[in-house]
Amino acid sequence: MNKFKILALLLVSLLAFGVAGCGGGDKKENVVYVYSWGDYLDPEVLKIFEKETGIHVILDEFDTNESMYPRVAEGAVHYDVICPSDYMIQKLIDNDLIQPLDFTKLPDAKKYIGEEFYKQAESFDPGNKYSVPYCWGTVGIIYDKTKVTEPVDSWNILWNDKYTGQILMQDSARDAMMIPLKLMGKSMNETDKDVLAQAQAMLKKQKPLVQAYVIDEVKEKLINSEAAMGVVFSGEALIILQQNPNMAFAIPKEGTNFWIDGWVITKDAQNVDNAHKFIDFMCRPDIAVMNFDYLGYSTPNTAVKDLEEDEEIKNSPIAFPSPEVYKGQETYKYLGNQMDEYYNNLWMQVKVD
Amino acid sequence: MMFNLNTRNFLLTPFLIWAGLFIFIPLVFIVWYGVTDYDGNFSLTNVGLIFERGYLDALELSIALALISTVICLLLAYPLCLILTERRRDNSTIISLLFILPLWMNSLLSTMAWQTILEGNGIINQFMRLLSLPDLHMINTEGAIVLGMVYNYLPYMVLPLYISLTKIDKRILEAARDLGANSWQTFTKIILPLTIPGAISGITMVFIPALTTFVISALLGGGKLLLIGNIIEQEFTFQYDWHVGCALSVILMVFIVLNMLLTAAFDTSHEEEDF
Repeated sequence: MNKFKILALLLVSLLAFGVAGCGGGDKKENVVYVYSWGDYLDPEVLKIFEKETGIHVILDEFDTNESMYPRVAEGAVHYDVICPSDYMIQKLIDNDLIQPLDFTKLPDAKKYIGEEFYKQAESFDPGNKYSVPYCWGTVGIIYDKTKVTEPVDSWNILWNDKYTGQILMQDSARDAMMIPLKLMGKSMNETDKDVLAQAQAMLKKQKPLVQAYVIDEVKEKLINSEAAMGVVFSGEALIILQQNPNMAFAIPKEGTNFWIDGWVITKDAQNVDNAHKFIDFMCRPDIAVMNFDYLGYSTPNTAVKDLEEDEEIKNSPIAFPSPEVYKGQETYKYLGNQMDEYYNNLWMQVKVD
Repeated sequence: MMFNLNTRNFLLTPFLIWAGLFIFIPLVFIVWYGVTDYDGNFSLTNVGLIFERGYLDALELSIALALISTVICLLLAYPLCLILTERRRDNSTIISLLFILPLWMNSLLSTMAWQTILEGNGIINQFMRLLSLPDLHMINTEGAIVLGMVYNYLPYMVLPLYISLTKIDKRILEAARDLGANSWQTFTKIILPLTIPGAISGITMVFIPALTTFVISALLGGGKLLLIGNIIEQEFTFQYDWHVGCALSVILMVFIVLNMLLTAAFDTSHEEEDF
């Protein structure tokens, strides 16, 4: 075969691929692009939304705030609605990546989301202009009642060498540093490098006692009684308690992280109206109950407790904590790029040590 | 089929384009990111970071564990391949299939399986308790990581060794026996030298992935043992610091190239002896 023929064939096949590639991208009119945590919505809810409004939801998922940020910042994909955590919402505001919400389009968000959550959200979103709280929770110690004899009421117990090899810690810079900072009576948003160095030294001292630094695996390990205690988020605690009756959950007296995940709309959103409709839909009581039952994370929606049918969950102090639990607690703030990096390096050194 | 020079060059073009786009250009990017700072100026601070922050310890640990795994793989694979070639006519297909089958399984999945096998209340310890034996504490240790590496990479040692063994002409072995060599002499003077190229490629194919892995150490090390691969992964995913991540990758590449140069030196010297 002569080589021009081969070349021509190659070109033709390339063209064919190119055309086919473009063919798939026909633009749907009525859509909303949502970028949320993995498995953070009841899939049934999306179907109801599509049926009622005719708006097609395209859902993408992320697993950490840090992996979500560059994708939104670079604008490779245009998302309309995202669901980041507190300090990340502040970072998005600071970098001018999200837009103020139009609360006249969000009647249910105004009506059903609890006053105290808006107030707490002011620490990262002053004036509540940019976000509507979706889930919240605390961080505490879950422990095995058959193995831990003394009362668990302080982060101190994580430094008790009686439990060497029986302690699970969170593998994340902010969550790890929060614990020694709180033990020292400092803020979890501390920026004084001397104080941070002390906190790091405490973590290094603790390392020989730690069985593993974990993220999502923590649930499975504690359900299987792999460790005597672990640092977990309240939502995870609820799931563990349901499956392992030997466990109990405590929030240390020194204080903990009161985290809030909220809905925001990106600056370059193409479907701003649909995005508002989506956020307001998420605040509707019957929908909020469905998501709450699916997730297990506490909800800021004040109508959910009355609608919850499962008595055991309804009366659970972990699912619906009393205000004393979270009053006066701190929420993570965005400390700026340099400080973020500083925290991460301190944590990395603990792990390499 | 015979090709003239023009056609050959022409047929090579797709590969050259491929290599340029997906191998050469990315390499240039990695090196460029590695030796520049955030403003794009030339700087070796990121490369120098290896000496701070304890990253050197992670690199040393990676090299040590990769070396140990490679040696264990070699010691396991060599006798196995000898047996396989001896019984080539009977059931060796089944045996070799058994060693290649793990390759069909997702390596992430099999490493996670090891996690549940080794865990404190895992299958091994349940068995030990059944026999009233003391518990085995293996998960989250260097030993667990080595085990994971050997399990995952053993087939890459077996395959080249097996091929180089089957390529040995039986008549050479017969000739050796005719000339009075006993089986030990046949092994050391004939079989071993002839299989060195196979062993070399096996060593490379085990050592390099073991040196760069981050999945095995993350799953079996409990986040307490960081290999250089884990640090690079964290630099990209959590820190979002491409410069440091690339600088560390460049340092790692130096070790890979060193390994390849060493093995290449071995390889050619023996080929010259043999032929």
